[in-house]
Amino acid sequence: MAAKTQRDEWKALSDFLAIGAAAFLVILGLVLAIAGEDPVMKFHGCLLLGASGIALLYILTQFVEGREPADTRGYADGVVRAGVIATVFWGIAGFIVGDVIAWQLAFPALNFDLPWTSFGRLRPLHTSAVIFAFGGNALIATSFYVVQRTCRARLAGKWSPWFVFWGYQLFIVLAATGYLLGVTQSKEYAEPEWYVDLWLTIVWVVYLLVFLATLAKRKEPHVYVANWFYLAFIVTVAMLHIVNNLAVPVSLLGTQSVILYAGVQDAMTQWWYGHNAVGFFLTAGFLGMMYYFVPKRAERPIYSYRLSVVHFWSLIFIYIWAGPHHLHYTALPDWAQTLGMTFSIILWMPSWGGMINGLMTLSGAWDKLRTDPVIRMLIVAVAFYGMSTFEGPLMSIKSVNSLSHYTDWTIGHVHSGALGWVAFISFGALYCLVPWLWHRKALYSQRLVEWHFWISTLGIVLYITSMWVSGILQGLMWRAYNSLGFLEYSFVETVEAMHPFYIIRAIGGLLFVLGAFVMAYNLWRTARGDQPVDATDQPSVAAAPEFRPGEYTAPAE
Amino acid sequence: MANKEEKSPEGFGTTGHEWDGIEEWNNPLPKWWLYVFYATVIWAIGYWIVYPAWPTVSSYTKGYLGYSQRAQVNKDIAAAKKQTAVFSDKINEGDFETIQADPELLSFALAGGQAAFGDNCAPCHGRGAQGFVGYPNLRDDAWIWAGSIDGIQQTILHGIRSDDPQTRMSMMPAFGELGMLNREQISDTAEYVMSLSGNEQDAEAAARGQEIYATSCAACHGPDGAGNQALGAPNLSDELWLYGGDKDTLVETITYSRAGMMPAFSERLDPATIKKLAIYVHSLGGGQ
Repeated sequence: MAAKTQRDEWKALSDFLAIGAAAFLVILGLVLAIAGEDPVMKFHGCLLLGASGIALLYILTQFVEGREPADTRGYADGVVRAGVIATVFWGIAGFIVGDVIAWQLAFPALNFDLPWTSFGRLRPLHTSAVIFAFGGNALIATSFYVVQRTCRARLAGKWSPWFVFWGYQLFIVLAATGYLLGVTQSKEYAEPEWYVDLWLTIVWVVYLLVFLATLAKRKEPHVYVANWFYLAFIVTVAMLHIVNNLAVPVSLLGTQSVILYAGVQDAMTQWWYGHNAVGFFLTAGFLGMMYYFVPKRAERPIYSYRLSVVHFWSLIFIYIWAGPHHLHYTALPDWAQTLGMTFSIILWMPSWGGMINGLMTLSGAWDKLRTDPVIRMLIVAVAFYGMSTFEGPLMSIKSVNSLSHYTDWTIGHVHSGALGWVAFISFGALYCLVPWLWHRKALYSQRLVEWHFWISTLGIVLYITSMWVSGILQGLMWRAYNSLGFLEYSFVETVEAMHPFYIIRAIGGLLFVLGAFVMAYNLWRTARGDQPVDATDQPSVAAAPEFRPGEYTAPAE
Repeated sequence: MANKEEKSPEGFGTTGHEWDGIEEWNNPLPKWWLYVFYATVIWAIGYWIVYPAWPTVSSYTKGYLGYSQRAQVNKDIAAAKKQTAVFSDKINEGDFETIQADPELLSFALAGGQAAFGDNCAPCHGRGAQGFVGYPNLRDDAWIWAGSIDGIQQTILHGIRSDDPQTRMSMMPAFGELGMLNREQISDTAEYVMSLSGNEQDAEAAARGQEIYATSCAACHGPDGAGNQALGAPNLSDELWLYGGDKDTLVETITYSRAGMMPAFSERLDPATIKKLAIYVHSLGGGQ
């Protein structure tokens, strides 16, 4: 009885905190909307006002009516379901913008001579949408799902997980509308201005606390490897985000700010951030996803516990050094370039440790690659991960970099990682999660997963092969001299030479977008509860746990 | 968990833990993985010994080779300059006639001019100097300002309607916009201008336009439309058009005027490069 009272007190406290925070944000939004010094700040004030106003109303109604959220028992899956929907939505949005800018590069008239649709604004919209909106939502949703299952504990906090989810969506909308309206601090992958950065910092710290508190409540004696990677991702991204975005606002009511660093120090900080965004957001986070969904779907043990320990710690310690390889042959001192390059090479095997653990988990069950397209998607993702993490160290070698840097090769490399690894592992996780979260016996259609797999794989292959050819061609044309010592080609000639490859790349991107639509349709039919068309072809693990006899274990209270 | 085997295919058991049905084999690190990892570490240490690598309190380890990127690039640039100095010096010192008289020097100048053209001129004039609407063709012999080699050099140095004080400057009035001519008068003038190259559609209108032409246009474009390079007034009788010789385009030109702009390159490129460019452009076919 005493325990129950204490529980109620905690709940009341958390409601008051939530109401207080929402009310504060309403006031803040109001101030910015009225006193904002530029139109974008006013507009963003309105967005904050609207979002926090709705939140305040919702929390108040719940509190006044004494209503309990629908699922207070068992796992907190509502927020994961919301995350899955957001992942699909932002994924498709980000892929479409990406393909639009791919066509713009082939046909510049598609910029339409409008500031809002110009490549310069749409490009950060694309990168942020796919990395932070699609990738970030996939990571938040899966981490919330995985941490609960592998800890046998309900997600910590009543409002906090929802704050993380909605706060993160608000961050995405603030960043994206800011780009379109021309507000940027011009740091690649860190374009949002100071006030959006601050907002993300708050959201991220709450995310970290929710994750840590859930780990602390765990009913398992040990912390599963997926959670090490998720935690490394959350902690390091917080550090990177804060350090790289240190800036002095021109005015507390305006959008503009001045970055704390200057010159080569700024460049170094930026690429320390940029490369570790790849390392900890796009690698460590998604390895966390891999470490849960691959063994779960394959129903096989992880290949090697020892390998996971060694490659985890080596990856964490070595990745953080690799950033300077983005600044070869610049004003960055020689010694920093050397360290960036050598640590990138040392990083090769630690990266591959994750690939081995993913691929070899299928050891003894390779037939699943043929029968289960979801497993195939997950494993092909791991294979692309292996390819990209070999190509990365290769491109960090100074002599290779002198050819590849600033060319499309880099773009191709990024996309073999982004499309092949990040997106495919997320698609695989989504195909697992939707039947599990919506309590369905199977996916609506496994055949559509096959279609998605092949359409997207073809798209990726077109994308990366065209960028390899165009990148190497570009690099070779730039450095070609004639016998009299003059440049053989002018810049416009190299641009003309890229044209056919830009078209191939845009077609590849289009296929990838189409594949994502096929997935969205399939997941929507699954979530809606439509009768699966080929349930008998699907493995029993495709069903939600309660439909798998003898497997369902309720979370500990 | 569907896994019912006690040992992995490699012959090891699990660690004994289970999370949501997931277990882990106790397989050892793959040997090849470990050895390649060691090899990369050893290679890195070797690289650190040879090249600049670790920061110290106020400096850094210079490495056995004493390599410096900056020193290397300075050396490379100096070597490249030395290699072409024999030509560059002559181009710097010689006048156009001397350069054109020496076949070896001329071919060097043309190669340099072509390279500079590609990166500085081609974006507007086209890679083959064929021009676009509003950007003159440099291969024909119709020159708005000057087709001599010195004239071309002058244009490149100071530009056209640029912010250079010595820029080539002229301004055709916007006859329609300023209310100097009404729509009918403009239409008639356009007909007359078309008649200068034998392309009028309406002889009566052209006849009416002739009077307007004589008072408003002839001062710059000449009584017979032959143009005047000193004023940058294009020839209107040669059927070569910068913006177009059809009726609509001519009406637009007379109504709003045209004022294409070319930047001055005197501050962007060194004198020798501009000389090479002038020689190259002059050689394209239309040099006078």
